[in-house]
Amino acid sequence: MNRFLLPLGAFIVLVIFLWIGLTLNPREVPSPLINKVAPTFRLPQLHDAAKTIGPEDLRGKVWLLNVWASWCVTCRQEHPLLVELGRQKLVPIYGLNYKDNRDDGLALLRNSGDPYTLSAYDREGNVGIDWGVYGVPETFVIDKSGLIRHKFIGALTPELIQNKLIPLVKELNGA
Amino acid sequence: MHSRFLFLVLLLLMPLAHADQAVIKKDDPVLEKRVRDLSAHLRCLVCQNQTIADSNAELAVDLKNQVREKLRQGQSEQEILDYMVKRYGEFVLFSPLVKSTTWLLWFGPLLLLLVGMGVLFVILRQRRKMMQQAPALNADEHARAASLLSGKEGKGHSC
Repeated sequence: MNRFLLPLGAFIVLVIFLWIGLTLNPREVPSPLINKVAPTFRLPQLHDAAKTIGPEDLRGKVWLLNVWASWCVTCRQEHPLLVELGRQKLVPIYGLNYKDNRDDGLALLRNSGDPYTLSAYDREGNVGIDWGVYGVPETFVIDKSGLIRHKFIGALTPELIQNKLIPLVKELNGA
Repeated sequence: MHSRFLFLVLLLLMPLAHADQAVIKKDDPVLEKRVRDLSAHLRCLVCQNQTIADSNAELAVDLKNQVREKLRQGQSEQEILDYMVKRYGEFVLFSPLVKSTTWLLWFGPLLLLLVGMGVLFVILRQRRKMMQQAPALNADEHARAASLLSGKEGKGHSC
């Protein structure tokens, strides 16, 4: 009896571990940038290459940085949600147009609506690397003092926006 | 004759057809080797079981270019690894750091081996004890066992 109990116990432990493993999402790698100062950049704007934009311009307010590209299918799925969120005027959304063709990016905004207060144009993707972007779309929440407070990897969903993003923005604005 | 010459010239020009793809200058073999060596330590976050040296994912190519650029600027290997860890977290290192949270990962296999050897040792000792406690045979039984083993006596035992 005893000699079966031990292997059975080991087996059950293994099953529990594997079961937990199944529920984890390996694509979600926690960002080390959370609660760190947002990496600085100075990039031309998407709509007007003569003007630039950087995180310093946005000190003192809570804002979102949404990394997107016209070639990114998931971004297109996410886009209507951002447009809707932008309409609510709860928080300014800034875009980081990542490794995109300027004309393609602009065309997408023209056709599907432009939720962004401004979009920065990151042709080479260097700013993306600086921010630890590895899978667009990604959305960062930056607080008034310029710290990154949260990072959403992958497309936002209505649930994420309602249950996580909006409460967080309200909390950061209140503080 | 003339067309053959033309063909040869065209053949020689073939590599130039791809020349426009080589936007990044890779003319320094020493630098390239350093880029490759360092890239082999960095995980590609898109295809997580590959290093960026092995991967052709766009992000991996970008990261390799970053590594090359930073090496060219004179940054050390460690500085670049630190930069990547700051951006992407420790997961970007292909072999995890040895620290308290990764001890089980690093030394778990050794632990399993030791446990296995321990179990084996205990079982073998128990078995030897059992053998020693087995009743001794008398002369008749010895003779029978010997004949059984030599295969001469097999009546009634068809196995």
